[in-house]
Amino acid sequence: MSITLRDTIKETVRYHLTEEKGLAMGQCLTAVGWVGGTLPELYEEDGMVEISMADVAGGGFAVGAALAGRRPMYVIRYQGFNWFNAPMIINYAAKSKEIWGVPCPMFVRSIAMEGGIGPVAGSSHHALYYRMPGIKIVSPMTPGEYTTAYLDFMNSDDVVYVSEHRGAYGNTEELPNIEYDIPDIVLFPISITRFAAVEASKELEKEGYKVAVHHIVNIKPFNPTDNDRQVLKRARYGIVLDDDYVDGIAKSLAFDLCKGTASEMHVMGLKDKSAGFYPQVDNLPPSKDEIIAKIKEILK
Amino acid sequence: MEQVEETLFKIYKKAALCRAFEQEVFRQVENKTVKIPVYLSAGQEYTSATLATFLEQYDKQIFIQHRGHSTYLSFGGDMKQLVYELLGDTRGCANGMGGSASIQSREKQIFGHDGLMGSHVPISTGMCYGNKKLTLCFTGDAAGEEDYSLAAIGWASTKNLPIWYIVEDNNLSILTEKKVRRNWELSNVAGAFNMTNFNIDDNPQHILNCISKHDITKPLLMNVNTNRLFWHAGAGIDDPNTFDRHKQYIEMFGDDVVKESNEIVKEVWSKCLSH
Repeated sequence: MSITLRDTIKETVRYHLTEEKGLAMGQCLTAVGWVGGTLPELYEEDGMVEISMADVAGGGFAVGAALAGRRPMYVIRYQGFNWFNAPMIINYAAKSKEIWGVPCPMFVRSIAMEGGIGPVAGSSHHALYYRMPGIKIVSPMTPGEYTTAYLDFMNSDDVVYVSEHRGAYGNTEELPNIEYDIPDIVLFPISITRFAAVEASKELEKEGYKVAVHHIVNIKPFNPTDNDRQVLKRARYGIVLDDDYVDGIAKSLAFDLCKGTASEMHVMGLKDKSAGFYPQVDNLPPSKDEIIAKIKEILK
Repeated sequence: MEQVEETLFKIYKKAALCRAFEQEVFRQVENKTVKIPVYLSAGQEYTSATLATFLEQYDKQIFIQHRGHSTYLSFGGDMKQLVYELLGDTRGCANGMGGSASIQSREKQIFGHDGLMGSHVPISTGMCYGNKKLTLCFTGDAAGEEDYSLAAIGWASTKNLPIWYIVEDNNLSILTEKKVRRNWELSNVAGAFNMTNFNIDDNPQHILNCISKHDITKPLLMNVNTNRLFWHAGAGIDDPNTFDRHKQYIEMFGDDVVKESNEIVKEVWSKCLSH
């Protein structure tokens, strides 16, 4: 039986605490649910540290633990909480190596979800970190990608923002790119939008469209491959899909991708409005149907 | 010399060196050799000088605030590297990037400040949690008002960490007095968090009396009422009548140490400026 992303994360945390003597820090970790089932049942004596409910200070505690060499996995249960948690991570940990030559390696597990959770907590907020120097941003949606992200972290002394999404926790499959020699359009999806992008591509294939999907896992630093650009050049149209607002990472990556291609780039992400709790006022990432509609509008 | 007198003399020597350094920086800012904002600690040096003397034999990590030249020097930070830092030279203690406010010494386990006021309070607390090493966190009366500073003090108490918060309380946030900003004392807040606390002046004997009774492995908050002699930033004097602890010690021990300190500082500056 294939292992889910959820269990992969859980076993990664277990390994980090028991074998690497690292720490996992956060709020309400050992409460019912163990953060969506992504934490092993370990406690403070094992390195699972319940911190106080003071978010801004909590980010600082994790930075301090990183300075002490404990390589903390800092768990932020809703990405929206980063508005409080981010300051010391981005202003101290991410700058420490450059300014003082003192690495401050930490693995920020920041978790997105959406649908019925209101105006602040939901969706991905990785753009908050994106604009600052000294930080890496990855968004693994598969077991293999998560393991790679962890191993890369352990082999470096970087501050890594890991943009997770609860919607992917049940996933057991890897997500290879969908390639065409000359596609009609190329999708560059991030985070949970990758699943909708794949679905959209498959559905449109039945109608004769060739929709390539080039997944984005490593958001910062972002290094588009030659293949990304060549395929985009041939397609002439591309869409970057994000689970965050488009006035951030999506537009920035679209700019990077289209350099030298003369291709027309579009972006899709959260709408430019606040989310409410009920479906009629919610603000969700682009769905399969919305992506299909957008593609058809571009190609008509 | 009696042992107490000997200790006070050691403190005086450290403080005198810090004062000489700050006076020289004052001059270098006036003559525009130093062209960045500087946060001079003259008037506050007896706090760090006393703690550095008392804790000389202990393995410790130190977090300093933006007004930290005296803390850096008291705990053995290299003066030449500090001068280079103020000059923006890559040989500086923070590679020429830290200026006056973000200085550090890896050798002496002094960690730099990132410029977000009070951020080092939770960061030092987290580091102390991570390695359980004696940690000194120097902060100010304004930084102590930050909500995350208060939360950190509370968590350190909950976890019974070996961390000492030293509040260098000069009563001023730039020029806004404490009484305008709040009607409470940080020492009382620490008390409410079940933490040992003191609210005293910067007389080294008073500081020594408090810390010598304290279990070094337990958390502590010490609010030290002190005075900032110069401007918040830059070279200037707000009030020439501000009380100066240093004058009291010059009277006690004479000014030979002051002259000697001035010479040391001038020589270091001269070498740095010529290389």
